[in-house]
Amino acid sequence: MTPSLEAVGLTKRFGSFTALDHLSLKIEGAKCVGFLGPNGAGKTTTLKMFTDLIFPTEGETFINGISVQKDRKRALSDCGDLIETPEIYPSLTPREALEMSGALRGMRPEEIRSRTAVVLEEVKMSEWATQKVGRFSKGMKQRVNIAASLLSDPEVVILDEPSTGLDPRGMAEVRNIVRGLKKENRLIFMSSHILSEVVDICDEVALIDHGKLLFYDALSNVSSRLTGNATSVQLTFVRPIPDETLSAQVASLPGVTSVARVDPQRAKVMITGGAEGQAQVLERLAAARMGLLSFEPSQSALEELYLQEISKGD
Amino acid sequence: MAAAAPSVMKPEGSSTMGVVPGTLAQALLLSRYQFRDYLRSRRFVLMMLIVAVIGGILSFVLAYFNSNPAIQGLTASGDAFYGSAWAGGVTIVIIFAGIIFGGDAIAGEFQNKTGYFLMGLPIKRTTVYVGKFLAALAASLVAVFFYLAILLANGAYYLHGNAFPFALGESFLISLLYLFALLGSVFLFSSLFKNSLYAVLVVAVLFLFGFTLLQGVITDLVKIEPWFIITYADQVIGYPFLSTLPPHVTTTTLMGARGATLTTTSYNPTYLEGFAIMFGYFILTALAGLWLFEREEFT
Repeated sequence: MTPSLEAVGLTKRFGSFTALDHLSLKIEGAKCVGFLGPNGAGKTTTLKMFTDLIFPTEGETFINGISVQKDRKRALSDCGDLIETPEIYPSLTPREALEMSGALRGMRPEEIRSRTAVVLEEVKMSEWATQKVGRFSKGMKQRVNIAASLLSDPEVVILDEPSTGLDPRGMAEVRNIVRGLKKENRLIFMSSHILSEVVDICDEVALIDHGKLLFYDALSNVSSRLTGNATSVQLTFVRPIPDETLSAQVASLPGVTSVARVDPQRAKVMITGGAEGQAQVLERLAAARMGLLSFEPSQSALEELYLQEISKGD
Repeated sequence: MAAAAPSVMKPEGSSTMGVVPGTLAQALLLSRYQFRDYLRSRRFVLMMLIVAVIGGILSFVLAYFNSNPAIQGLTASGDAFYGSAWAGGVTIVIIFAGIIFGGDAIAGEFQNKTGYFLMGLPIKRTTVYVGKFLAALAASLVAVFFYLAILLANGAYYLHGNAFPFALGESFLISLLYLFALLGSVFLFSSLFKNSLYAVLVVAVLFLFGFTLLQGVITDLVKIEPWFIITYADQVIGYPFLSTLPPHVTTTTLMGARGATLTTTSYNPTYLEGFAIMFGYFILTALAGLWLFEREEFT
């Protein structure tokens, strides 16, 4: 079954304040979707309603087609989540906390043992496996929480700013963990403040502000949303690339509308045709053996679009 | 992240997902881990210290004033000894245990954010509530058994063959009902507040003297039977040790100066009343607490 998450007309009011306003969003398939928005936009509120921590005023959330509000137990059975920074009973060790989590999920004891070892290793907490969680720093607790959310190898993973509270090294490690999860054919829905993190990890992005969904699209289309139908892509070469090579072998490629040099080894190109157009240009560049080192859809495009969309609501 | 880190890849054709256990199985599982957390906590040590102090004072008084006729009367029979030491002390032990193990059981899930860990799992809120109730019950029982052990040790020393009267078993069972009732009430207040301190304070004030004060006011001023107050019911814990049960209503008229009279009425619950009050408290407060917990949001 294809993993999916769906919010239908999701509304949440706290007194007179409307935190979410009829948000509808359907995410399907194995991918990583970044959930962006400024503080107070409604990101965490949305994720909390996907995990039944708070209840919608109107609307419903579904995980793998099962209503969270009507049958939370079944809906969450194949979902790992990390909302805010949960605390674990302080006298338990990470191994015991994961054992409890696995047992409550119905995992067999031998599976719990083997998966616990794997996920604790993944979050670099193996050597702390038998120490009491109460003595851990916030970052260490967050790693154990991430391990717990991955323990049952779920098809759907919901992460609420997973790198929050971690030092730069911890943040990089969490990013690597999430990136590693993507390879495993699952749906990841991750809220974040950090645009570069989303660009780095996610395939698609949903932007929310004032409780309303502003857009939901593939990351590769973000740039074209901003610049008509062209996407800005940065090319990096292993050695300096002459101007004539750029104009003869890059600017002439079908779909490329403009080429601008950034520095001797890097150039910015505008490509039409969305993700398909980018794929074709990438294939031709690779075939041309020009020493292409990287092909990155512009990060700044997301930032520009983010600011553009957010400013509309101000 | 090191490149050599093991993969969390799901092996082809296998799944780590089993069948999510039923409500009762999950509640028992949760209670096991919560109980383990209690056993290792400082609050457990504190509770055992409280019981040890109560038991220690009792043992000291018995040993030091052994020649006192009042003490000799107390140790003359099993009923006299346990009627005083057990029935008088176990309610205090139960109240402290309820406050210490149950006061923040639900409120703590919100305040300490442990609920974010638990509630992300495929588990119903009812299951969490029942699991935590069972854990608090088990931890409280450890304290009650510890107190019982101290009394039995004293009983064995002073009473020899009369150390284990049948009435003690009966009284113990009534104490269990009181424990259920108290924990139900504690869980209600714990669900009512998202702050552990408020929950613990309210429960401590109510059970340590609030209800007793209220009972006195209702009996003396309003002059009705305080059948709706749980501390009124706890008297029945001592009934098995009595050869004659106290009258349900006692009216006393006192003659004052210049011919003035003062009439006072005191009440004692019947067995049935005591059981009904405790059972009613347990059911109503536990259900009300669950109802609240089901509706509380992790905002």
